[in-house]
Amino acid sequence: MSNRTPEQIKTIEQHALNIRRNVIKMIATAGSGHPAGSLSIVDALACLYFGVMRYDPHNPNDPNRDILVLSNGHVCPALYATMAEAGIIPESELMTLRRFGSRLQGHPERTKLPGLETTSGPLGEGLSQAAGMAYALKYLMPTNDRHVYCIISDGELNEGNIDEAAKFAGKYQLSNLTVLLDRNGIQLSGTTENILPNFGRCGIQFTAHNWDNFFAFSGNNVACILDAIDESKRRTPEQLKHGFSLDHPRLIQLHTTPGKGVDFMENDYNWHGKAPSLDDAKHILAKLGDKKHV
Amino acid sequence: MYKLDNNFIKGHPRTESLRYKFGDALFDEILNQDNVVVIFADLSSAIGLNDIPGRLGHNDLGKSVRHTTREFNRFIEVGVAEQNLVGVASGLAHMGQIPFTVSYAAFSPGRNWEQIRTSICLNNQPVKIVGSHAGLNVGPDGASHQMLEDIALMQVLPNMVVLSPGDAIEAKKMVKLMINDPRPNYIRLPRASLPTFSTPNDPLEIGKAYLVRQDDNAMVTIISTGSMTGNALLVSGQLFKQGIACEVIHVPTIKPLDKETILSSCGRTKITITIEEHQVNGGLGSSIASLILSSDVRPTKFKMIGVNDQFGQSGTMDELWRHYGLDVDSITNSIRHLLTSN
Repeated sequence: MSNRTPEQIKTIEQHALNIRRNVIKMIATAGSGHPAGSLSIVDALACLYFGVMRYDPHNPNDPNRDILVLSNGHVCPALYATMAEAGIIPESELMTLRRFGSRLQGHPERTKLPGLETTSGPLGEGLSQAAGMAYALKYLMPTNDRHVYCIISDGELNEGNIDEAAKFAGKYQLSNLTVLLDRNGIQLSGTTENILPNFGRCGIQFTAHNWDNFFAFSGNNVACILDAIDESKRRTPEQLKHGFSLDHPRLIQLHTTPGKGVDFMENDYNWHGKAPSLDDAKHILAKLGDKKHV
Repeated sequence: MYKLDNNFIKGHPRTESLRYKFGDALFDEILNQDNVVVIFADLSSAIGLNDIPGRLGHNDLGKSVRHTTREFNRFIEVGVAEQNLVGVASGLAHMGQIPFTVSYAAFSPGRNWEQIRTSICLNNQPVKIVGSHAGLNVGPDGASHQMLEDIALMQVLPNMVVLSPGDAIEAKKMVKLMINDPRPNYIRLPRASLPTFSTPNDPLEIGKAYLVRQDDNAMVTIISTGSMTGNALLVSGQLFKQGIACEVIHVPTIKPLDKETILSSCGRTKITITIEEHQVNGGLGSSIASLILSSDVRPTKFKMIGVNDQFGQSGTMDELWRHYGLDVDSITNSIRHLLTSN
């Protein structure tokens, strides 16, 4: 078990709730976007930004910062809302999502918004870039304890690019790389098991190449996510006996609910890429206890 | 204006490998600079860097994939995985490195174009993509390996610089130029060794085209790039003997084009010819055509010589150049025919 206090967990849960509300407002205001995946990853993002990563909200280029690469870029409303919650960008900017001239592009662009580590959208590429960054930190730069986190989705596992990157990270023992896999079970046109099944062996392309595999059995539960991340940083004698090693890159599978927090969106792949109406958003925000917008 | 190599002028040129000279220069820069790295996709041999342990005086490759020395860490092998090749390079660039990716042009950028578009060009990271084995000169390996579409694929991408040196001396000079250029770069290199026409003292800058043959009475401008500039110079010599004076412009940077040098020559002459070992669609010729049509310069005749919407095939370089009309005699005849036709 982790050493997190109940107060700390409660604080992160409150951040996650604020982020979730903003995600709904942003996508409804924009009139397009990807709510299901954005809502499933909110809790993990809140854990990373408020309980795990080292960064300076006033200096996004801080040379000692940890790095987050969002490989499945379409869930960027959750990342933008998290960055606002962390004070990296102003909250007032969030409602410009997907508008002409906005820094908050429909899919994230590094050159437009300080605080983003890369440009993503087309699936599978973020992991290669995260692996390149981890390689540079481990082998080419002065000794450091910086860590690279990369969020990918289970639909993204369809991409061969993911397999290539997983092999590379395994070969070079990128122990400073942690992948958070959003196992929400859906992708654009159906469930992940219908579109391209994993045959019950999700993430096998990682474990086959010497990654150590961890699970958060509820990827929408802050305590559970933090436990998994904290656990991934240690190796018990039992784990070492089974081939785990502190030299291996880490995969954390987050079992999440797509559309988490919005009853009619949960587990329905039709909400992968469809915005709620402004009316829907009002009802959702009421349920999420946002009194301002009821 | 190039001085041109004496042996080339005398008709006994040295034949040298562009890709090996490029590889040697890259190896030296990696050792001399703090932040230059190279990433291979199982084709380190393409630029002659297949024995890094030997070159570094090590002999422990294969015992361990964990490299311990600073030099060793700067040579990265991703395996036959071209999508990951450029993705890893983008990540390295984000951490302040200057990464060179090495593969055959048919695979990189042939296979990983979208990764280059998003992770390198839209993301604007200074990755240096080396595409070896470009053109029919690849020879016996056949059409799948003879990349004839790479200029088209790369010059259409915003932020990307497209380079195509003409001989080994230029290929060597390109390494430093690419390291010092802050943009994403693509460089195409032929498999075959080619006659060296330039000298170490000739100028070479990214973004410049060069007059390599000047003639005050020229009525023809020949514009060529990469492997075809050697041929273009020989063609101009043959035509001169037949009473047809030509200027030859060498274009080692296809994008951005040196508009001034190209248009000023086309304006001095009546006829413009482009030559490249690439599809005429989307290549250097297409860009020159666009440039001329957007200017006030109006050649009376314009011809693009290259591969005409076809794939290559197995054969020797000489056989293939002859078959596809890219050898010196075919090009000379083609230009003479254009001059005599109405």
